[in-house]
Amino acid sequence: MALPPPDPQFVLRGTSAEVHTLHFYCGGQEPDYPILFSGSSNGLIHVWNLKTRRVNTILDGHGGKSVYWVEAIYGRDRLLSQGRNQKICLWDLAEGRNTVTDSVFTENVGFCKCSLLKVAQGHWLMAMPGKDLDEVQVLELPSKTSVCTLKPEADAKPGMPMCLKLWQPDFGSCPFLLAGYEDGSVILWNLSGGKILSRLACHQEPVMSLDFDSEKMKGVSGSSEEVLTVWSLDEQQNLKVQKTHKLVNAGIADVAIRQDKKILATAGWDHRIRIFGWKNLKPLAILDYHTATVHCVSFSDHSRPSERLLAAGSKDHRISIWSIYNPTSGALHCPLETRKPD
Amino acid sequence: MDPEPFEVGRAVQEAINILSSSRNGVQISEALGTIKCYLGGTENQAPLKEREEFTHVHFSAFLRGLVSNLSPDWIELLTSDQQKELWDSFFLEGPADQAFLVLLDSIISTGPSFRLMKVISILEQFLQTGGMSALMWEVCHQQAQAGLPIFQETLLNKVVCLPDHLCNKLQGNNLPIFFPQNYFPLLATEIIQVLQRISDSLRGGLDCSISFVSQVLGKVCVHGRREEILNVLVPRLMDLTKVDCIWQRMCWRLVECVPDRWMEAVVCGFVQKAPGADVLSRLLGNLVVKNKKAQFVVTQKLLLLQCSYVTAVLQNLLGYLALDSLRRSLLIKVLKELLETWGSSSAVKHCPVEQQLYVSKAILICLSHLKEPEIESNGQELLTSMMGGMKCHLDSNLPRVRRLGMIVAESISSRITTDGPSLKFQYEDDDETRELKSLLQTAPLQLPVTDLPNAGNDSPSATPKAVSKPSGNPHPAAPAVPEEGSDLELDSDDDLIPYDMSEDKELKKMKAPVYIRDCVEVLTGSEDMDKWEATMKVLESLIRRNSATTREVSMELVKVLLHLEEKTYIEGFVELRKRALVAVTITDPVPVVQYLTSQFYSLNYSLCQRMDILDVLALAAQELSQPQASGKNKPRSTQSPCIQTVPGSDSSQNWRRIVDERIKSKTRHLAKGQSLVEPACGPNKFSSLAGHFFFPLIQNFDRPLVTFDLLGDDHLVLGRLAHTLAVLMYFAIHTVAAAAMGKSLLEFVWALRFHTDSYVRQGLLSAVSSVLLSIPSERLLEDMTDEFLETQSWLADVAEKDPDGDCRRLAWQNLLLMENLLKKLSVPS
Repeated sequence: MALPPPDPQFVLRGTSAEVHTLHFYCGGQEPDYPILFSGSSNGLIHVWNLKTRRVNTILDGHGGKSVYWVEAIYGRDRLLSQGRNQKICLWDLAEGRNTVTDSVFTENVGFCKCSLLKVAQGHWLMAMPGKDLDEVQVLELPSKTSVCTLKPEADAKPGMPMCLKLWQPDFGSCPFLLAGYEDGSVILWNLSGGKILSRLACHQEPVMSLDFDSEKMKGVSGSSEEVLTVWSLDEQQNLKVQKTHKLVNAGIADVAIRQDKKILATAGWDHRIRIFGWKNLKPLAILDYHTATVHCVSFSDHSRPSERLLAAGSKDHRISIWSIYNPTSGALHCPLETRKPD
Repeated sequence: MDPEPFEVGRAVQEAINILSSSRNGVQISEALGTIKCYLGGTENQAPLKEREEFTHVHFSAFLRGLVSNLSPDWIELLTSDQQKELWDSFFLEGPADQAFLVLLDSIISTGPSFRLMKVISILEQFLQTGGMSALMWEVCHQQAQAGLPIFQETLLNKVVCLPDHLCNKLQGNNLPIFFPQNYFPLLATEIIQVLQRISDSLRGGLDCSISFVSQVLGKVCVHGRREEILNVLVPRLMDLTKVDCIWQRMCWRLVECVPDRWMEAVVCGFVQKAPGADVLSRLLGNLVVKNKKAQFVVTQKLLLLQCSYVTAVLQNLLGYLALDSLRRSLLIKVLKELLETWGSSSAVKHCPVEQQLYVSKAILICLSHLKEPEIESNGQELLTSMMGGMKCHLDSNLPRVRRLGMIVAESISSRITTDGPSLKFQYEDDDETRELKSLLQTAPLQLPVTDLPNAGNDSPSATPKAVSKPSGNPHPAAPAVPEEGSDLELDSDDDLIPYDMSEDKELKKMKAPVYIRDCVEVLTGSEDMDKWEATMKVLESLIRRNSATTREVSMELVKVLLHLEEKTYIEGFVELRKRALVAVTITDPVPVVQYLTSQFYSLNYSLCQRMDILDVLALAAQELSQPQASGKNKPRSTQSPCIQTVPGSDSSQNWRRIVDERIKSKTRHLAKGQSLVEPACGPNKFSSLAGHFFFPLIQNFDRPLVTFDLLGDDHLVLGRLAHTLAVLMYFAIHTVAAAAMGKSLLEFVWALRFHTDSYVRQGLLSAVSSVLLSIPSERLLEDMTDEFLETQSWLADVAEKDPDGDCRRLAWQNLLLMENLLKKLSVPS
């Protein structure tokens, strides 16, 4: 008999709005405490202290419009946030400040989250939806200069970009962009040439979210239908469907692969978080806590693997924090040590 | 004139005289020695003619003389050697038939005495030394030259009835060899001996009649000793006929010569004992074609007139018919007759289910033996009878009969249309259906036994090998193919053990309504299937929680529910709807019940809806009549949709209660603590309502509507009605209306008592049980004496004659109840 799925480690309440995005920052040394940023539909960004499990700071910079992407930059002192007021803000959080120091105006009105990639010390690339509906723009930060604009050819018609993932191979220097589009296809862009390298129609419905593992060169995408697709990228830069998994209920809002590439978490419209083994997409657990759609999942970047956390933000205003499949965590949360000799 | 006959006669007469008068041992032994010469076998034997004359004319008389002189002091005149040589040998070496007759006659006529003991020991020796085979051989031999029929008849009687005679005579002192279980096997081996001799003489070119052996066999079989004799005979014959065509012919002849009046017993015995159709075919030959009686037994009696044989017998029988081209025409004829029986609506109605099962099995086996061309040439006929039969089977109210019909029809249609779609029914598989289907799968029998078994003598032993070959797969399932991908990821995440994921169900998005009025709205108007489904799921609990609100809309709600159709598939829709209806009925009984009972007899309802009404009424009555603590621990109706309450069985619990009470009254409680569980008690809510439930239902059953005719085609509903009335009556126990209800229920039963449908009769019988259980016995016997007595006589009739086993059982149960009632009443007075 399999163990019943674990309960959340703890639950963060008090955003009083739907939670759309989550981002951990746990890299700091003592006495710095691990932080979780959350963006909600009322335009506020909460900064949670994971030690006290209380809100540290509340940032209000999007005019009450929902925040749907946050990411730390420059350690914990700077934060990028993207909101429905068509602005991407750069926050200065050092020494207790909380001011917007810079902002980019996006002309796009979609829901596509940006993607950030550190290319060198002090240099980042940020992909964001562009002015035209089907366009993706890549900026260099902090200079905000446009590196390229990726626009599919006129006859391709993939629709709006829905999700973006910038990545760079371990050995190469040239970064790539994976974008999921409205028509259900995933497109691999070469940033240097601004060309489509490969296009894979892996869903019937818009791709809601994707994540990519640059070690194994394979990625996963979820859409509003009831299928989770794993695809791989071969040496000829072709995307191929590797495996699909049929879900009980339709709709995946977010997917995330843990940093150690062991497990994969999905945020389901059916209120459930699902955990899969990343190697062969073996279903591992169904975390059923939320009472409404789960909007986002995120894994913490704790330096010690045993402390790694999974956070999920939901429409029911709550953020649940889980500790699951951690190599040395307590027996209650790790079935590894309670394995039966069968 | 030839003086010799007188000479022999005189010598015998003299000897007899000496034996009876002389007291001199030497003289007696000399006389015996003289006669012995006539028997032959000694060195100084008499001339052949004299010997023949002696054996034909004087032997019996001489033996009688010998026996009549037997007494202890007389026999002591001879030494024991002389006794053996001179006295015993007459019986053991002389003509066996005469000796046997004399022995038996003297046993029958002698009382317990020394003589009887002596004769019996001689008879024992006679049997042990193969006397019977000598006897039969002699008769067979004579028959070839036309023997005496009366003599043979007597002999036959004595041979077959030997155990009876001896048993009667000896009572407790009988010897084991004369027990039927020993004697008949012995007789069987003797028969084989005779047959052996006959076959030898046939090979020698001599003619020989086998008919006496056949008669023995037939008479033994008809006397009920089939088992004993055939258990030995059949295996031996099986072995002997395997390789020898003379033996085969003899065996055929043996069965053919059995007189018609005993043919049935013999054929049935062979069919039962033969281990397979090929053996049966070898043993019987084309008997069914040659002998009318045997044909009747095989094609009619064994198949259509009884059902006690196991399936293997059927397989033997039909396989036997299929094995020869001459007999195949019979097989087709049999199949047609079987199908006629199977398809006759009166047979379906009046035959016990076991018989129908038997016929169905036979049909399936026939089908498995038929070949393509045969089916093609009879296809149309098969199709017609299949359609007819299917109709009357599907009409039946008994699920088992319906299923039998489905299986047989499916099988026929699959055989008729080898390509293209065939009939397919939905039913649940159980052991019976699987067995039936397997009958159809049995491969047609192996090669028929050739007419010259000498040529193909090893074929029977070869067949099992041939059969076993395809089953023995030299390659067992190949080891599981390694799953793709496992090769490149050996260190896969096996260490990640999945949690329990059984909770991962489809998510119900829709919120269920909270108010009953909303429910009504959703059920009537909404096109949103999710909402509709959610409503159905909460409806019952809503109704039960808000009884005041429910009363306001009860009529509306019950109308909606009654007409509700399953717009989209919902798990357990029927049950949900029924429970909701029951809940409404309980919350607001009077108007709802009035409405439901009136709708039961009105136009434009489907049978299903009418039966739903009945079910709802019965379930509601049950719930109302049960005491409960204000609906807290409401009895979840665990009954299946089909109500099968048989109140009659409750009588068995009565005695236990009485015993418990007696024990309680005799037990002294020294300290009375608090009793453990207070049984729930409360007023019986059903008592004031029983009439509302009952009378409108029973009123109109004999008034047919255009669409609904209870006394005609809709007997399924009538059966359900009878059952429901029985249930209502049962729950009306201890109510004021019970007596009146019982009276009209008995009238209802009386009106329908000869209904042809057994399901209806079962309903009526359980109604009678309810009446007996629910009405106080005084009322029953004083106010309804006539009905009571009438019912009793009807029950006695049913218990004896009804074709349906359940009906008979119920009737017995009722009779028992009645008897108990009468006893209870007579005890106080």
